[in-house]
Amino acid sequence: MSAGVAVPTGWVGRSLRRIEDPALVRGSGRFTSDLPAALWVRFVRSPVAAGKILRIVAPPGARMVTAADLAAVGPIRPMLHKFNYVPIEQRVLAADVVRFVGEPLAAILAPSREEAEDLAERVHVEIDATSAIVDAYAAIAAGAPLVHAQARGNIIVDARVATPGFAAASAAARHRVRLRIRSRRQNALPLEPRAAHAAWDPVERRIILHCSTQMPHLMRTIIAQLIGMAESGLRVIAPDVGGGFGQKMSLAAEYVVVAWLARSLRTSVAWTEDRRENLIASFHARDQHIDLEGMFDDAARLVALRADVLANVGAYACYPTTGAVEALMAMAEMPGPYDVRDYSCTARGVLTHTCPMAPYRGVSRPVITFAIERLMDKAAAAFGIDAPTIRRRNLVRAFPYTTATGLVFDEASYVETMDAAVLAADLPAFRARQAAARLQGRYLGIGMSTFCERTGYGTPAFAARGMDVTPGWETVVLGIDPSGCVEARIGSSPHGQGLRTALSQIIADELGVSPERVTVVHGDTDRTPYGWGTFASRSLVIAGGAALMAARKVRAKLIGMAADLLEAAPEDIVLGDGVARVSGTDRAMAIDALARAAYHQTHRFKGTFAPGLAESATYDPPGTFSNACHIALVEVDIETGRVGIEKFLVAEDAGRLINPMIVDGQIHGGVAQGIANALYEEVIYDAGGDILTATLADYLPPTAREIPPIALHHRETLTEASLTKAKGVGEGGTIGAPAALINAVNDALAPFGVSIDEIPATPQRIRDALRAAAAAKA
Amino acid sequence: MKPAPFQYHAPRSLQEAVAILAQVAPADGRVLAGGQSLVPIMAFRLARPSHLVDINGIEALARLAVENGKLCIGACVRHAAFERPVVEGPLGRLLAMVVRHIAHSPIRARGTFCGSIAHADPASEWCALVAALDGEIVATSVRGARVIAAGQFFAGIMATALAEDEVLTEVRLPLLAPDTRCGFYEFNRRAGDFALAMAVVHFRLVEGRMFKPRVAIGGAETHPRRVAAAEAALAANAPSPRVFADAAARAARDVEPLEDAQTNAQYRRELVVAVTRRALEAAL
Repeated sequence: MSAGVAVPTGWVGRSLRRIEDPALVRGSGRFTSDLPAALWVRFVRSPVAAGKILRIVAPPGARMVTAADLAAVGPIRPMLHKFNYVPIEQRVLAADVVRFVGEPLAAILAPSREEAEDLAERVHVEIDATSAIVDAYAAIAAGAPLVHAQARGNIIVDARVATPGFAAASAAARHRVRLRIRSRRQNALPLEPRAAHAAWDPVERRIILHCSTQMPHLMRTIIAQLIGMAESGLRVIAPDVGGGFGQKMSLAAEYVVVAWLARSLRTSVAWTEDRRENLIASFHARDQHIDLEGMFDDAARLVALRADVLANVGAYACYPTTGAVEALMAMAEMPGPYDVRDYSCTARGVLTHTCPMAPYRGVSRPVITFAIERLMDKAAAAFGIDAPTIRRRNLVRAFPYTTATGLVFDEASYVETMDAAVLAADLPAFRARQAAARLQGRYLGIGMSTFCERTGYGTPAFAARGMDVTPGWETVVLGIDPSGCVEARIGSSPHGQGLRTALSQIIADELGVSPERVTVVHGDTDRTPYGWGTFASRSLVIAGGAALMAARKVRAKLIGMAADLLEAAPEDIVLGDGVARVSGTDRAMAIDALARAAYHQTHRFKGTFAPGLAESATYDPPGTFSNACHIALVEVDIETGRVGIEKFLVAEDAGRLINPMIVDGQIHGGVAQGIANALYEEVIYDAGGDILTATLADYLPPTAREIPPIALHHRETLTEASLTKAKGVGEGGTIGAPAALINAVNDALAPFGVSIDEIPATPQRIRDALRAAAAAKA
Repeated sequence: MKPAPFQYHAPRSLQEAVAILAQVAPADGRVLAGGQSLVPIMAFRLARPSHLVDINGIEALARLAVENGKLCIGACVRHAAFERPVVEGPLGRLLAMVVRHIAHSPIRARGTFCGSIAHADPASEWCALVAALDGEIVATSVRGARVIAAGQFFAGIMATALAEDEVLTEVRLPLLAPDTRCGFYEFNRRAGDFALAMAVVHFRLVEGRMFKPRVAIGGAETHPRRVAAAEAALAANAPSPRVFADAAARAARDVEPLEDAQTNAQYRRELVVAVTRRALEAAL
């Protein structure tokens, strides 16, 4: 292990400006909705949360399709083979019954988006409303109406684990700390809502589907499967995608309808979701209740942990990760970065008449990190020690480490990274400032979270969940063309992460060319090898590893050919600056010339090398855990409940930094979404299942003015678990921020004896807690 | 998310505008000024006027002038015009202080002062200010012009004393004496959002005591208004934390708070206490 941050010797490690940005900042990005279409779709959506469809009548002259027209299109039926999972079905347009406000009922077609919207408004929908179930606890209560008849008690997944020693360890423990936390529902809120454009190609006789997605290959597979067509009849292109954050890794029923329409009508059909649709009917996330109990020994070491997780997964299961993803992620990773040998957990996913839940940056981990980090702070208070001390006693220190749930932590720096963050925050100075402020009636607080982020995991990790569809590996096809230009075709599907830039740096170092010579092609099922896409903080680790493997193969061939033509031993050939050189001599040959020879002068190699310069490689890694410590400094206005963030600090260990600027950007964006999670954003339903946060006047993402400066500190632990030694860093910002912020809020409010354990901690919730505490004292 | 179909009119004179409005008002014709409130609610189809009478092309309505001791603000004067004091003295400073809290820069560049008054959102800063200053609202129609006092103007959530065929052509604010103390405070979830509660206050200090104190509360009720109980608690008293706290408590007791999914009445009353006291402290 090496600490600190390495000084770059090649392209890797440099903050190269992103190749992606010039087009985007100049407004010349190419998005799905930029394409012209013959017909535009407007979906008619359910105005009620639950009910039986009686009639759907189109206005005179309107073209409309309903579930009856799509009878041959299969239902979306995500499957999991473990944990008492109950498969449920979703028709792409609701048939017979509706299960949430916003569920698509019918598609209206018109020559323009505007006309379609006007017509859709005039569709007459009659639904016999039935009682809706919105709350997770109400859904599992005896006698609750069933969202799907086959899911008894509305439970879609019921997972339990317990280590053999749990009962004994728990019984013997001398100190117990218990808390219940609540994470309200959120929306990932990509800047570009969902969009699909399907066009019939009369020459190739197939459909070209452009859509805003994080996984074009899997979209092709599932959409073809549901429509009942060969995958070769469908080409899926993910052009520029304006943010996904997980929301666009799940199959949109609407995309299936759009593809089916184009195929049936032999024309081009487009749909662009508007913000209201996105807020009510795309996918939600984070809706969880966690009951957590930590058992500690006299030295404040966590000896056993018990958790009960209830996730409100909404009305349907998302494809491919299923309705179990939140609950199972919580169960597998609840102990976080702490060394606890005994663990027991029940994790249930509950169906309700609300918008389906799907992965959103962090998936469950912002919630479980909030839970375990609140537990640590409460335990620290009970033991009379400070927040860093209790964590120092419990953090994993020796690697590899196998957790109570069987995860393997690779080389990392949990303690060292936390210590760096604590040092940078200058705790003693803050405490002095806090004490002085309290005398003036001002309440400052400091809070921290330490966590590890599971990233870049391959098929074994997904297989452990028993998923029908088991993602994990990635393939990169890398070639040098006769002019010497390098092209990498990847199955991953970046959409804002700067992966093209980062991969070009990795490849350039391997091949001895400059990154400008490298083109990375993605997001087109015709032009790229099958792959899973970009989600789960995986692309740099997995596609990066595969790119490195493929580049090494090409490099070996280049070296071999150069050795042959320069009449030297391969081990004496050095690639660099676009040239293959015989070490210590002036004999050299441009890589461009070698490329030319590889295609056009193959006779010179006398059969030693096959023609061409293209190689393919697939990487399926075990997974690697990055780690970080977040520290938030806040001030709580006790009269209004407002939380102001004074400073936010992140110490991060993401292994080798391929492009430090991109890593910083990932953390900044992630922390901003974590701040949203902690203090601002909340999807609200009323008791009848109507959604009250259908506009951005009601659903409140923080703006630039609510996001404080974020100070970053890096360490680089070079892990053997990743070929490039880079760890994923896409979700950490979002995972760690809520816990740090709410711990800081609680630290600020310590004199009042309140415990804020619900996010978002809105000003009203903070006032309610302060008022209740004051009433209890009086 | 786009407006329902409507017919668009672009008159070049006030006369023409009121004539068109007289015709189309019965068919839900509406006046379009900056459009920063009307257009979004049209996009959500919460408002679906069948006619829009765009007054932006009427030069006379861009007037901003002092007449007879009053600042006269024409219907097309944008929020941004107030970012620097438009008149010397406390009024110009108060307007400049308040305008910073109105939404965001692009909205301030387009939205109009009078449009805010006509729209009468409960949380409009300008409405609370007009209430606090006992401003006058000039309404013009084919029937002529009339002046409405602020106290009689605001009638409820987005409801005013304007008749459907009237254009709000001007708002007049009294210039404030040089020794007037003004204060403003609002609470919102995010910078630039509609406030959950706000207070606009002003008073003069005569021999150390508050003279003609005015306390207007906005954002908390269906419409902004002066709160007599709070003003009475201040009048003839010397400013002190105790007096301010008393006035704030009276204001909070007096209001009938709006409630919504994210704000309960009790919390809103607490906010009224905080914003009133803070506005008073800011005035000192």
